[in-house]
This record gives sequence, C-alpha cells and structure tokens, in this order.
Amino acid sequence: MSATIPYEYKYLRAKKRFPHVWCSGCGIGIVMGSIVRAVDAMGWEKDDIVMVSGIGCTSRMPVYVDFNTLHTTHGRGLAFGTGVKMANPDLNVMAVMGDGDSLAIGGNHIIHAARRNIDITAIIVNNNNYGMTGGQFSPTTPPGARTSTTPYGMIEPCFDVCRLMDGAGASFVARGTVYHITELDNMIQMAFRKKGFSVVEVLAPCPTNFGRANRQGGPVEMMKLLRDNTINKSQLKAMKPEQAKDKVVRGIFVDRNSISYGDRYEALCEKAKKAAEAEK
Amino acid sequence: MIVPWGETRLVQGNEAVALGAVAAGIDLFAGYPITPSTEIAELLAKYLPLIDKKWIQMEDEIASISALIGARLAGSKSMTATSGPGFSLMQEGLGYACMTEVPFVLVNVMRGGPSTGLPTQVAQGDVMQARWGTHGDHPIIVLAPSNVRECFELTVRAFNLSETFRTPVILLPDEVIGHMRERIVFPNKEDVHVVPMAVPDVPVEWYEHYHESASNVSPMASFGTGYRYHVTGLTHDVHGFPTRKESEVIAKMNRLKHKITRRLDELEDVQMHDVEDSSVVIFAYGSVYRSALAAQAILKKRRKKVGVFRPVTLWPFPDRTVKENLDSKDVILVPELNQGQMIHEVERMTKDSVRVVPLQRIDGYEITPEEIVDAVMEVI
Ligand SMILES: Cc1ncc(C[n+]2csc(CCOP(=O)(O)OP(=O)(O)O)c2C)c(N)n1
Ligand code: SF4
Ligand SMILES: [Mg+2]
Repeated sequence: MSATIPYEYKYLRAKKRFPHVWCSGCGIGIVMGSIVRAVDAMGWEKDDIVMVSGIGCTSRMPVYVDFNTLHTTHGRGLAFGTGVKMANPDLNVMAVMGDGDSLAIGGNHIIHAARRNIDITAIIVNNNNYGMTGGQFSPTTPPGARTSTTPYGMIEPCFDVCRLMDGAGASFVARGTVYHITELDNMIQMAFRKKGFSVVEVLAPCPTNFGRANRQGGPVEMMKLLRDNTINKSQLKAMKPEQAKDKVVRGIFVDRNSISYGDRYEALCEKAKKAAEAEK
Repeated sequence: MIVPWGETRLVQGNEAVALGAVAAGIDLFAGYPITPSTEIAELLAKYLPLIDKKWIQMEDEIASISALIGARLAGSKSMTATSGPGFSLMQEGLGYACMTEVPFVLVNVMRGGPSTGLPTQVAQGDVMQARWGTHGDHPIIVLAPSNVRECFELTVRAFNLSETFRTPVILLPDEVIGHMRERIVFPNKEDVHVVPMAVPDVPVEWYEHYHESASNVSPMASFGTGYRYHVTGLTHDVHGFPTRKESEVIAKMNRLKHKITRRLDELEDVQMHDVEDSSVVIFAYGSVYRSALAAQAILKKRRKKVGVFRPVTLWPFPDRTVKENLDSKDVILVPELNQGQMIHEVERMTKDSVRVVPLQRIDGYEITPEEIVDAVMEVI
C-alpha cells in the first residue's frame, strides 16, 4: 500500500537542498508554503515559473523550490526580474524579498517596477529587521524598536509598504501575515492572477533577532502578536477609531486594472513599425 | 533594414556600435543615459522596436546591468552602454555575471575621471577598472576600438566572444572614438559571422548548468526551456547550488580562470607595424593608436624608424606577444590618456634594460602625433 504523498513535494527540490537555513520559528518557510499552494492553484507549469530574489534570509527561498530560480545581488531581484520578464513575457515571474532587500537597497527598483507596472509579483517578507546580518534596523523597523544598530531605540519613521506601493502605481497591493494563512494563500493567488505589478507584504516573525531584541518572546508568542495586533480591513468599519489605533490593517488595498509594461511595449513596437512603413 | 549592409556611409563611432549590436543579433538593450555613450541608447531606442526587440531605460546603471543578466538567462542576447560613473555602478552586476557565467556586452565609452570628471572629454582612465573593477578574482575580456569601422566589427566580436566564453565582454572605446565620424564600408550580411546562443543537447536530467568540459565552458539553457536550474552569486557547484566544499570551490574558481587563460590564442588581437626591425616602439591603444600611426609616418619622413605595437584586445593582456616582440627593444614609448595604467603591464613583460617611457595627457584632450614625435625625438 503506498502512502499519499503531499502535493507540495512536487514543487520542492528533492536533492541536497534540505534542511533549510531558516531558524526554527522563522516565518519565511510559511510564506514559501503559501507560495507553493498558490502556484498549485494557478496550475502553472514549473518550467514556466521564475522565482527571483535578492540577498537575505528571505532571499534564500529560491534554492528550495523547483522552478527556474535566480538568487541575485542585494536589492536587485526586481531589476533582474524585469530583464527576465521582458525577454520572455510568457514566463510567470515572482520576486521574493526581505524588507531591507526590497525597500532599503532595492527601494529605487521597487518604486520603478511599480510605476512601470511590469508584470511581476513581488512578495515582501517583512520581519522588521535585517535578519541575515544579525538584526540591524530596516526601513520597516517601528519607531523606538531595538535592533543591533538602534541600541537606544529606532529614531527614524518607517515605511508603510502598502501605501508606498499604492502611490508608486502598483496594480495590486495587499498585506497579510504568516498567522492568517488562508487569507495569505488567497492574497498571493490574487496577486499571481493580476496582470501588472502586484505586491504582497507579509508580516513575519524573526524570533532570533527582532523578537529577542524587543523581548517579544519565542516563536509562539510572536505568532500571537500577529494575531492580536492586526485586524482585517473588513473589521475596521465595526470598530471605534481608538480601538483600531494601534492595529496594523491586513487586506487588499489596491486592485486596479492598468496596462502592464509588457503590453505597452508591444503596442509601441506596432506603432513604430507602422510609422516606419508610412515613411517609406 | 537597419544595418546598411554593403553600403558606404558616414557614421559616428557610437552609431557604429549600435549598428554592430543589431548585426550581432541583440535582443535586448537596457541602460541609463550618460555622456559620451548616450547616442548608443538613443539609436537603439529607435531601431529595436522596429525589429520587435526589447529596449528599456532602467532607473539606474545597477538596474540596467541586472536586467541584462536576467534577460540573457531568459534567452535574450543583451547589451548596455555607459560611461565612467555608470561603469562604477555596474561593477556589482559585472561581478555577478562573471561568477554566474552569463554572457552580455557592456560598452563603456571612456571620459575623464575620477567621479564626474570631464563628462564630454576623452580619457583612458578606466582600463584598469575594466580589468579589476569588480571585487574578487574574475575573468574578463576587454576590446578597445580605434576607428569607426572597428566600433562596428568589435561590437559583433564582443557579442561572439561573450557567447563563446560564456562571460561578459567589455567594449572600451574612448570618447574620441565614440564621437568621431568616418566614412566606412559596411560588410555584406553574409560576411559577418554571428555566434548563436549555445543550447544544451542533453536530456533535462543530465543537464548541469556548469558542466565540466575541456573548454571550461558549457552550453547554458534558458529559463522556460524545460531545464530548471538555480543561479546564485554564492560560490556554487556544477548544478549552481551554493557550496563551501573545498574541492568544489577550487574547481569553480579554476574554471573561471582557465576558460580564459587556456584559450588565449582565440582572444589575442594585436597589430604590429615595423616592430621587428625598430629599436624604438610606440605602444598605444584606442584613439592614441591613431596618433601613434601618424607619428610613425612623420618620423619616417625624417628618416627615423619606429615601430607601433597596438593591442586590440586589452584584456587578457597579450603577455607572450609583448615579451617576444618588445623585450629586446631599447625604448618603448607608452602614450596614454591617464596617469599611467597600461604602462605597468608593458613594464611587467619587459626586462629592466628596456626603457619604458610614459607620455601622459590628462587634460581631456587627445595626444597629438606631434607630441608623440617630440617624445620619440627626445628618447632617441
Ligand atoms: C551590497 C550588499 N550590502 C550589504 C550586504 C549584507 N546583507 C546581506 S542580507 C542583508 C539584509 C537582509 O535583510 P532583509 O532584506 O530584511 O532580509 P531578511 O534577512 O530579514 O529576510 C544585508 C545588509 C550584502 N549582501 N550586499
Ligand atoms: S535570522 Fe530571523 S529571518 Fe533569518 S532565518 Fe532566523 S528567524 Fe528567520
Ligand atoms: Mg528582513
């Protein structure tokens, strides 16, 4: 009698790649699970998927999944991905990045990817710090928080990733957490489905660095914080402003249809050729 | 028809580079405007949509070179063009491409530096950065044109070498060459040899992204063709997965080195004029080579015989040929538009008894034939 093998294995690399590098209690693996389930739901062929990343704990993800995988330089995942997508528009391109990767060193690339509306899905694992290098502050470290480079507390304000991406022109923008996993699966699937630039910000714990530095407890306590400190957008209406004051809002903030860069480029080629023809 | 095959035209150096790229089968250009290379980007913005090829202006040079690498991995021959400050920003991506063995062409039209320097004026200050600009040991191929026709031909050669050696190739014209106009005869299409992108011919299960072979180069599959593999700038094994295993690390580093050093014959490209029977030789490249030839002619009229040695391929440096041909000379004059860069390579390959004399100009203007003539007269 053969046992049923969980379908997730189909999307993971069988040989040599496990165990993974992530600490126990880290949120990144949960995001990987969500991506794999969303890919399965899309029915995409593995050959047609490209996962790019930059550098960081999050950016180690590509090595584990059985797609075309591209682990690049710090912050540049989207720039590499832009080249991939332009070269072969039939490929489904996703970029997984940490908060530092996507918003500090890669900040210039992400706002322009959004403005261009290149057809890539960006998944940002926001753990509020630079996990890989030992927990320095990032553009999403909350004011006052302790990190190894803010021993007296963070004095810089932080980015609201979703508002930033909305302003820059992304077609789809959502925020989820690794605690609310059905919701996250759904968001990633919707992001995949969207033509144009889509962003899913995923709040995730880094118990090893951020959690410890801010006395947030272990992995379980940090998961509980995600449960207790966030609310879904739909809950907002029923709440009094002071109740919602300290909550981080989850949900889909942008879902609009605008022409992707690839489609605009194709139209440009047609226009240029017609003009050249007319000149003859 | 974008390339005027077989026709005679007055074209600019940068224009010839853009046309050379089209001739070589460019699929994608990504760049960020910078003087004195901008014409290349502008012309390709006009040409490429007409032939359904891709063109994109990225947000900076780091993004540009990153996009090139992504594009080539997805099966597009790609190129960028930049100058000094942009070249500095591209060093990150250049090193990544060397490490991951992704071919493309990077054109750096040299202007005065350091920093913003002399944006519209000529220099040859980037020849060492072209060799060693990115961190770590790495292979690199660098070609320096000296006239407009070579801008066309060497661009095609740069694409071909990048595919053959599976590594980025730098085309290094200086501002004078990029901006000068000359009447050139374009070759016929069938006379231009274009190396196609190699594709693996093994079943998917047999594919190794960095397969060990005698040439240290293996055909690279493109994303989306069924060969799924991993690419990383971390030191990796033959499959592309990160490794710290001593034997695998050494094998990778040796592969990168040997793919160049064991095939020097295919890369070397030097021109020698009267070198054999002259005791004084001018060593020059890029625009300065033109002045060197003119100086040689002037000196000939004065019955003074000098040789001219010109490397077309700057890197790898033609060690053996320099040694064989210049080590017995009395004097080698090295005119350069910098404070002394390639001169050290000439010194390295010649014995102490050979006088290696610099002639340097760093004010943003070209070295004239007369200056070279005067310098020669002083040393003989
Ligand atoms: C150019 C460059 N600068 C710095 C680093 C060092 N570095 C590696 S990962 C990292 C930050 C990662 O933080 P984040 O993007 O939030 O990812 P996480 O590890 O938290 O998932 C830094 C600064 C690097 N690899 N490259
Ligand atoms: S350091 Fe933090 S982000 Fe990195 S693997 Fe550990 S828990 Fe995860
Ligand atoms: Mg982080």
